[in-house]
Amino acid sequence: MENLELFEGSLEVEKITNGWYDKYKNSNYGAIITFIGVVRDENKIDGLSFDIYEPILNNWFNSWQEKAKDSRGDVFNHESSYIAAVCSPKRRIALELIDEFVEDFKAQAPIWKYDIINGDRIYAEDRSTAIKGYGLLS
Amino acid sequence: MIDVEFLGPINKEPMKVDISNLSQLREILKNDDEVSTWLDTCAVAINDTLVSKKDIELSSGDKISLLPPVCGG
Repeated sequence: MENLELFEGSLEVEKITNGWYDKYKNSNYGAIITFIGVVRDENKIDGLSFDIYEPILNNWFNSWQEKAKDSRGDVFNHESSYIAAVCSPKRRIALELIDEFVEDFKAQAPIWKYDIINGDRIYAEDRSTAIKGYGLLS
Repeated sequence: MIDVEFLGPINKEPMKVDISNLSQLREILKNDDEVSTWLDTCAVAINDTLVSKKDIELSSGDKISLLPPVCGG
């Protein structure tokens, strides 16, 4: 595992991605692939808000080798809430991994998303995915 | 006693219950109006590890977490 970092509010994209580039450019990786998630202006939202449950997030992340940063709290439209990167000597492996990593993050990491509309925090139920093994108590 | 916590959007304070397995927890929660509608979609963790079966012996001091559907990033 490299590392997982959590921030309150939006991410400083240039600082984070430049820092990763500076750190890894001399490591002889042929590919550094960065994914930046940006909050879209849609559905009359002012932004998104996130809850995170850290212990299980750490367990989830420990099974991966990548680096990721994620926000908690509120992130407003056109700001970034999520950056992940994969470094690999082979671009094909890096491209496949970033796809799998981002998808798994969205579907399995213990993070809950809320729309911010007029200052209210509304759970994004229709965009959420039940975690594997759900319904054990149903 | 077992600690039960409700994560994310489930609007309920943590509770302590005297149970020895998850089937007993299910009986308690399905009669709780604040939680019963979440049970179909929640995953369950014991001491921060997700579990996939109910027949696990619980010990006093264990922590159970209910995790509703997620959407990260």
